[in-house]
Amino acid sequence: MSESTAAPAATEPRHGVRIVVIWAVLAIIADVLIWTVWRPHLPPGRMSVEAQGQQYDIAVMAMLCAPVLLFIWTYFAYALINWRQREGDEEDGPPIHGNTKVQATWITVTAVIVLSLFVFGTVELIVPAGAGAGEGPSPIWNPSGITTADAQAVSPPAWTPGGKNPLVVQAIGQQWAWTYRFPQFGGMETTTLQLPINTEVVLHVTSLDVIHSFWSYELGVKADANPGVDNIAFFKPQAMGSFSVRCNELCGIWHGAMFNYGHVVSQAAFQTWASGVQAKEQADGLLSDLPAYALTYDPTVIPQLGKDIVKVAGITGANGYYYPGPQAGTPGDPVSP
Amino acid sequence: MAIETTPGADRTQPAGGGPGGTGSTRAWWMKPAVHTALLGAVIGYLLGHWVGNILSYTYPNLPLSDTNDTPLVLGYLFGTVGWLAGLGVFNDLGRLMVGKPLPDIEHAPEGGLAKYFRYTLDHKVVGIQYLFGMITYFLTGGLFAMAIRTELLSPTYHIMSASSYLMVVGEHSTMMMMMMSSVVLGPFGQYFAPLMIGSKRMAFPRIEALGFWLTPPAYVILLSGILLGGFPTGWTGYAPLNIQAGPGMDTYAIAFGLMGISMILAGFNIIVTYINYRAPGMRWSRLPMFVWSMFTVSFLQVLAVPVLIAGFYIMIADRTFQTAFYVNQLGGSSYLYENLFWFFGHPEVYILALPGFGVVSEILPVFSRKPLFGYKVGAAGMFGVALLSFFVWQHHLFNSGINPDMRPLYMLTTELISIPTGFIYLVALGTLWKAKIRLSVPMLFALGLYFNFLLGGVSGVFLSDVPADTTEHGSFFVMAHFHYTIMGGLIFAFFGGIYYWGPKMLGFELNKTLGKIHFWTMFLGFNSTFLPLFALGLMGMPRRVFEYARNLQTLNDWVSISAYILGASMLVFLVNFIWSMLFARVKAAANPWNARGLEWQVSSPPPPENFQHIPVVLSGPYEYGVKDAPPVADLNPPVGVVSAAYAGAGVEA
Amino acid sequence: MSVPVRVVTLLVAFAAVVVGAVFIVAHYVVGSPPTVDYTSAASGGQVNVVLQEDPQNNSSSKPDWVSYYVMKPGANPMQASSWVHTTLLKVPANTQVNMTIYGYDGCTPPRNNFWTQVQGTMGGTVTVQQFKNPGKPLGPVVTTPTINGWAHCAVGHTFAIPSMHVFVPVGSPNASASLCGSSPCVSGPYTLEKFSFRTTNAGEFRWQCFVPCGGGFLDGNGGPMATLGYMTGQITVVG
Repeated sequence: MSESTAAPAATEPRHGVRIVVIWAVLAIIADVLIWTVWRPHLPPGRMSVEAQGQQYDIAVMAMLCAPVLLFIWTYFAYALINWRQREGDEEDGPPIHGNTKVQATWITVTAVIVLSLFVFGTVELIVPAGAGAGEGPSPIWNPSGITTADAQAVSPPAWTPGGKNPLVVQAIGQQWAWTYRFPQFGGMETTTLQLPINTEVVLHVTSLDVIHSFWSYELGVKADANPGVDNIAFFKPQAMGSFSVRCNELCGIWHGAMFNYGHVVSQAAFQTWASGVQAKEQADGLLSDLPAYALTYDPTVIPQLGKDIVKVAGITGANGYYYPGPQAGTPGDPVSP
Repeated sequence: MAIETTPGADRTQPAGGGPGGTGSTRAWWMKPAVHTALLGAVIGYLLGHWVGNILSYTYPNLPLSDTNDTPLVLGYLFGTVGWLAGLGVFNDLGRLMVGKPLPDIEHAPEGGLAKYFRYTLDHKVVGIQYLFGMITYFLTGGLFAMAIRTELLSPTYHIMSASSYLMVVGEHSTMMMMMMSSVVLGPFGQYFAPLMIGSKRMAFPRIEALGFWLTPPAYVILLSGILLGGFPTGWTGYAPLNIQAGPGMDTYAIAFGLMGISMILAGFNIIVTYINYRAPGMRWSRLPMFVWSMFTVSFLQVLAVPVLIAGFYIMIADRTFQTAFYVNQLGGSSYLYENLFWFFGHPEVYILALPGFGVVSEILPVFSRKPLFGYKVGAAGMFGVALLSFFVWQHHLFNSGINPDMRPLYMLTTELISIPTGFIYLVALGTLWKAKIRLSVPMLFALGLYFNFLLGGVSGVFLSDVPADTTEHGSFFVMAHFHYTIMGGLIFAFFGGIYYWGPKMLGFELNKTLGKIHFWTMFLGFNSTFLPLFALGLMGMPRRVFEYARNLQTLNDWVSISAYILGASMLVFLVNFIWSMLFARVKAAANPWNARGLEWQVSSPPPPENFQHIPVVLSGPYEYGVKDAPPVADLNPPVGVVSAAYAGAGVEA
Repeated sequence: MSVPVRVVTLLVAFAAVVVGAVFIVAHYVVGSPPTVDYTSAASGGQVNVVLQEDPQNNSSSKPDWVSYYVMKPGANPMQASSWVHTTLLKVPANTQVNMTIYGYDGCTPPRNNFWTQVQGTMGGTVTVQQFKNPGKPLGPVVTTPTINGWAHCAVGHTFAIPSMHVFVPVGSPNASASLCGSSPCVSGPYTLEKFSFRTTNAGEFRWQCFVPCGGGFLDGNGGPMATLGYMTGQITVVG
């Protein structure tokens, strides 16, 4: 604030300088503390490359926002302490209507902060590709070595421990559970997620009914699951341990209970686990009963029943029914294949 | 132009009174009022229900679902029309149609308390009606908030079932959102819009009163959702869950839709009033900041709310006559609803923020005893926020997979909004510079807004950054963010407004000691409730869940206890309000704050016609400390001055 | 009446309305179906829990919704009075739960055929036997890890406690005879299915069905699928 606009007496202390000095000291202390003490503990941790990137973003923005907060707080505190009405003083304050220099400075400074935030955020979004957020069905920012066509492949090349192919995982949301399909392991499906360390993961997210959202807090991954839509996110686990998977979009009564835990394990252990599950599902006959792996599913089409049951039942619209009641289809024999 | 220069001049437009104005010889229960409106609502509901059953009895889903939405929807809509008809909203329309003369409703509304329960066309009555109506909304929503925090005391054991929890969350959030959009624009906007610009009335008194009388049915319909099992979608009502949900969902769409219509009506009225009904000398550069905020908010409402109503209309179509606009596998799109909703939803959050800025910009100069710093910057800030708010809605869909390559653009527009918002802070800092601050109760609330909104705004910057948003989206961080901006902002401004303008509106003073207790319990309770929620969100707690990780229990319990303190602060307010209104009854002075605003130049409460003569405005409202500043207005201008002013503008007076 | 008296009268009337409304709302918010307590029926670290699933129910407002019923501990499953229209259960912690489900409802294909796999039971299997009528078996007792819901449309509903990793498809009756027509069912064709799982720590666990049996609702997942007392419920594990 300029002193020249209204300085009634020469002895008046230089308020502007005082405020700036107090603020500068506080801001430097705050930023040093944020960077050195707080940053390693900031969310969402460093379990994946993307999580680490988000942690970095949050730290940088905390360092940027702390001085802003402190400036306003310092100013308000200073004003409330120094510029209170004194007892018996019924005079009005100095009639300052504005100050072009102050206003121009303020606008310039905020504009510079905002534009640099935009540039920073964009760079952080593109590297690492998509920053762990869902990028829709045809991602334009891909990890190195993966093209958009690779990411969209329905039959991706096999994943092997130590190999350079990414692992492809599909998360299917339904009311109210997540299941996961692994196209590189015969399209086998599980209710819990295991992932190998240090492997680029191509995550496809879709839904069979309403909107869900795949959120693994520790892995820094979040992607909405829309019915009939393939939403792709990339991430790379870099530490072993367990992580949580939650639904992050209100999806009905059990939305709050729609969570479970997964594990990042060594590549060899993952290979053993995935092949084991595949073998069991093969032996149980489940693999052949599942629909072929696809990027999205239309649950109203069931080829095994020899007909498209929706059309037969006459689904008439949004409030029409998908299944015509409790006696749909042909009653079968549950136990003989 | 219909500006009256002298009282009693011939008018074709009403200025007060109501449809009951002529028939004053009738007994009270024969005059249209709340009781006849209730009767109309019941008749309308039954009629609509009957028609709905006739229309829908062949729908094939009925025998399976045991649920029929059509009679319910038509029942609510007909019931609302019946309510309005019972109030006498359509009486004058009927008189016009059969060629009868309109009743002489020029005189001030008669009756003591009764006029508050009628379709009264006086903007001061409507303002008071809104005040009590919105307090009712707020306290009801607050009770639901208490229920939410009670359930979240434990991570696993439940006081209510999962579906009840979602029902309570939905009721709380929708009720609050409906209330917030009118909480300042209703009471203060309607009451002070004409007073602050030197007018005797609003442009369209019937539309103004209709806007208020749509809010009681909206309230009742939303609450009736509880009897129907509630709705599981929260206030955002995402498709296709809103198509799948039970009949409670209809109450959400209709109640929120009625409130939307009320918002559009209020917005149009305010825009027209400010453009056409300013007193001579009330130049655009002399408008109070509160008027600017109402003006920009009205534009947002008129432009954004129709999109919401379109979204609800489609939702009701999907739910009743079985279209499939929101169902992906039938050719619709779940993204369509998200986009319609947020195209309304993001301007909506500024509909909630700007009135708060307006109120505090009004309070700050009075209690700093200084002119408002950077008046034009402040007005420009409001316009900038309003304009930009239409270009940011996709930041709610950063992770949704729609238009992912446009995310940098929406990140930019979102961050740009912080520049005009910063103007509001610049105005505050400049105004406080070397001020003579008087820490009255309204000033405390105004300063509380600046403190809270700062945290809300800064956390919004975190959310605008796509990588950081990946962690924060849909978590308690977002929840804390918008409670800081809306409750910490708008509700603090609302209470500041009550303590500031309450004496003017109600004619009695509110107790200052209780006011300060109210402020401090509310301020500390609020921050103690919502500051930990930022941490909870960053630790991975999603919104709208009734179960959470066990390690978050301590913080959640802290938040719940703080929320009870916050709730108790509202009791302090209620005690103060009722005590001051009914028992203490200290008559308010005309200008207790020694303020320059035009509304303070008349008595408390203002005379029936606001101003005996149309005033001539001589200077701006914030000329505190200016030595040779003329009085703000000449309340008794020489004969002919006003007509001359309008003649000069080429307008017939 | 003077103005203050009138105001006070109005306020009192208003407060009475508010209290009444809060009372009604609280009734709806806190109210829930009854809970069947199996804790006292446990012995030797085991407890026998019996459910049935019906094509309809005996409620007055939603008679066409499919529904589960819970049997009172140790009662006779072939008596209608043994069954409680609820889905809330209480079982002890660290106990083997021997589940018996009478599947009276016809088949509906699951939206995700993965749910036809049995998971989380002891041995990873269930034993199934079909009955034409009570006491009249149609086939042998079979132990199987899957019951295909698509190829044969053989699954009526599923019983799943996701947090315990228990996912069990429940077979539908294989008979041309029409399904049981009045609930709780004590006659008509059904599938008798048995399996066991262990409870661990105390807590409240939701259970639900993954077959979209909410007819008339979008995706078959509204209505009974999302309402306690019908196709979803809670198991309270008491420590």
